Amino acid sequence: MSLSHLDRLEAESIHIMREVVAECEKPVFLYSIGKDSSVMLHLAIKAFFPSRPPFPFLHIASGWDFRAMLEHRDRMARDLGMDLIVWHNEEAAAAGVNPFDTPTPTYTRLMLTEALTAALTAGGYDAAFGGGRRDEEKARAKERIFSFRTAQHRWDPKNQRPELWNLYNARKNRGESVRVFPLSNWTELDIWQYIQREGIPIVPLYLAAPRPTVVRDGTMLMVDDERMQLRPGEEVIERVIRFRTMGCYPLTGATESAATTLDDVIAEMAAARTSEREGRVIDRDQSASMERKKQEGYF
Amino acid sequence: MDLLRFITCGSVDDGKSTLIGRLLYDSKLIFDDQLAALEADSRRVGTQGEDIDFALLVDGLSAEREQGITIDVAYRFFATPHRKFIVADTPGHEQYTRNMVTGASTADAAVILVDARKGMLTQTRRHSFLAKLIGIRHFVLAVNKMDLVDYDRLAFDSIVADYMVFARDAGVAEFTAIPLSGLKGDNVMERSAALPWYEGPSLLEHLEQLPVDDAAAARGPFRLPVQWVNRPNQGFRGFSGLIAEGMVKPGDSVRVLPSGRTTQVSRVVTYDGDLESAQAGQSVTLTLADEVDCSRGSVIAAADSPPEAADQFEADLVWMAEDPLLPGRGYWLKLGTQTVTSTVQPPKYEVNVNTQEQLAAKTLGLNGIGVVELATDAPLVFEPYASSRTLGGFILIDKISHATVGCGMLHFALRRAQNIHWQAIEISREAHARQKGQKPAVIWLTGLSGAGKSTIANLVEKKLYQLGKHSFLLDGDNVRHGLNRDLGFTEADRIENIRRVGEVAKLMADAGLIVITAFISPFRAEREMVRAMLPEGEFIEVFVDAPLAEAERRDVKGLYAKARAGQLKNFTGIDSPYEAPEHPQIRVDTTVMSAEEAAESIVREVLARG
Repeated sequence: MSLSHLDRLEAESIHIMREVVAECEKPVFLYSIGKDSSVMLHLAIKAFFPSRPPFPFLHIASGWDFRAMLEHRDRMARDLGMDLIVWHNEEAAAAGVNPFDTPTPTYTRLMLTEALTAALTAGGYDAAFGGGRRDEEKARAKERIFSFRTAQHRWDPKNQRPELWNLYNARKNRGESVRVFPLSNWTELDIWQYIQREGIPIVPLYLAAPRPTVVRDGTMLMVDDERMQLRPGEEVIERVIRFRTMGCYPLTGATESAATTLDDVIAEMAAARTSEREGRVIDRDQSASMERKKQEGYF
Repeated sequence: MDLLRFITCGSVDDGKSTLIGRLLYDSKLIFDDQLAALEADSRRVGTQGEDIDFALLVDGLSAEREQGITIDVAYRFFATPHRKFIVADTPGHEQYTRNMVTGASTADAAVILVDARKGMLTQTRRHSFLAKLIGIRHFVLAVNKMDLVDYDRLAFDSIVADYMVFARDAGVAEFTAIPLSGLKGDNVMERSAALPWYEGPSLLEHLEQLPVDDAAAARGPFRLPVQWVNRPNQGFRGFSGLIAEGMVKPGDSVRVLPSGRTTQVSRVVTYDGDLESAQAGQSVTLTLADEVDCSRGSVIAAADSPPEAADQFEADLVWMAEDPLLPGRGYWLKLGTQTVTSTVQPPKYEVNVNTQEQLAAKTLGLNGIGVVELATDAPLVFEPYASSRTLGGFILIDKISHATVGCGMLHFALRRAQNIHWQAIEISREAHARQKGQKPAVIWLTGLSGAGKSTIANLVEKKLYQLGKHSFLLDGDNVRHGLNRDLGFTEADRIENIRRVGEVAKLMADAGLIVITAFISPFRAEREMVRAMLPEGEFIEVFVDAPLAEAERRDVKGLYAKARAGQLKNFTGIDSPYEAPEHPQIRVDTTVMSAEEAAESIVREVLARG
């Protein structure tokens, strides 16, 4: 019997998660609520069954997440009895940092990157699972599965540890940590096929439905709540849309789509001519933007 | 759909990244937004004029794009209707060879690129040799840039002939040679009309029909390295791991190594329900019929053909760190889910990868490859690498920096260790000590040259003698001139020096003596090695602390002046590091204490220990 590519990817991811639990003192699961995180959550449940995943789940809430994401998060936490930690950069929010008035790189750094590194330091975690995939972006394609971070959470792309076979070196000195990417070898299509095969619950925004939208700078945004600041001349129009990635609603582009089922989504992907990160305003601001953010500690 | 992993490798400028960019582009895996960014980048920093520079698609790090080279291995994904592919694009530049080895370790096939204009280069040989060393079975010789030699058949044939000679010597059993142009797309996806004289498959056609090795693994005897013991409650005790080889089903007899106990498999547990059977490549949790000793690092194996356990091996070793291999130093060795301490002997030989010549070597530097013997402090359950990547491949980890410094492939176990039996000693070390009315100890003075170690050590010994204690002083003078006459001052020799002193001190402590040593002993790892040789509490580390500036000012023997003048190499504190003890049992601050006071405090401290 030959294993399918999804069986192999699943087995590899489970092996990675078990290695972390066996070799690290205090792992944490970065739960971003998106499709990759949802697959990783499902894999964590499988990896340790019949035990529960022996680590807490951390959500970095920017304060501008889609409401549907937060509902999904709370439902999953309740249904699975997960140990959920929500972290928010209160200080920056109180100082008025928001996605409309603050330049995007600054907003991202304060609400996502710095919030994340602060949460990791506060928790004393020595390993953090992230849902990054190597097919997402060029800098990610270069990253190890066990990606070493200095005590300042920085990544040194030119000096990565050699990673051979499936032997992972999780050793580190006090204060240093590893980011672990169990989905490194998955592609976006693998993720969707696996969600379908396993019946994994996802945020409904991934499927098309009529939603209130505005088009800004060529990006279609969803008006998720009353805090959305409309510019002069902008008009809220209901369109049938869906999202390929999740994040802060004022910074996440939607696509017009008729894909209301997983089958439709997979068919649409096969015909897609743009990458999933296209909808991310935060990645477009600077060349080599992801590499720079990763060096600073972003996932 | 199945999965094939391959690497592309070759020299700088052989066009690896361009070829992969072409594969992604032609298999429609480049999206419009990525293409738009690529076109913009190509015009800005590309090397192809108005044409798209595909290399920019894969060279993801800004340093790579600036320098136009590939630094680190990048993983790329594409699929055809028949197969999913993971490509590891590996750097060609010599200083990044370790990154190439990383990419090769998980690959089923290697695509070796050669520039049709240049033919085989040093790196071509090195990479082929490495791919062979790491156990890749399928080789493709991709003769690239055929467009630049006018698709000339003779150019191709001559490179193939050269490679064939090399392959035979290097032990590459077979390879497939394909002429192509990554830039123009000839023979990449489809066969090209520009190469009518070539009748073989295109690169992609060839990769699509290569056999994948996973079915072979499932046919071997069962092996599951235990990763984690799964204990949700008192009623369940399971052993989780990824099956490395073979198949398993409930009722199978298994042997748990290294304990050697046999039992049966009760259940093959997964979240999706218990399985009737499971095979190599699956992550499962087993429960066993009996309560046997089994934990992380154990291997559950077919009872009738278990793997061996041993503590001395011969292996291939690839060195991956800037700091050279230090024979005699303890490194963590990780193999499967087992982690032990390992020491490596000076290499039997280093291999010249261009000629496969065996060269004499005392150590291995960055990217050095050699055959070594190594010993572990506990038995390892293993198989030769040729029969199991999982139970034969290992990494070495530095105990202080925690960097992965090397990787290796086990050949076989050495039998020597089993033939040396300890002579049963009838007069025990306790008896020796009792006769002398003292507790043995090793008082280990460490510090910079000129800190005052020898002066203090002599005073300590005089005081002990006056108190009627039996002692002996080991220092540079009485050791370097005899026992260690053959050793110099390189890092490796310093380690060997300390190891020998440690062994001698241990024998003297066994004889009941209080041993005083006065050596710079700059490396923490070696001092810890000596500590580990002795019973708990008998190693007393004394840090003779003098700031470098102060030691240099004293410069009793004029050595610092020589070192500063460049006449003395590897001098501690000048061009060789001193790692101060983190938690010494005794610290002597020579800036505030006289040698007499220091010796007095050491003796008081030692005698207080009984």
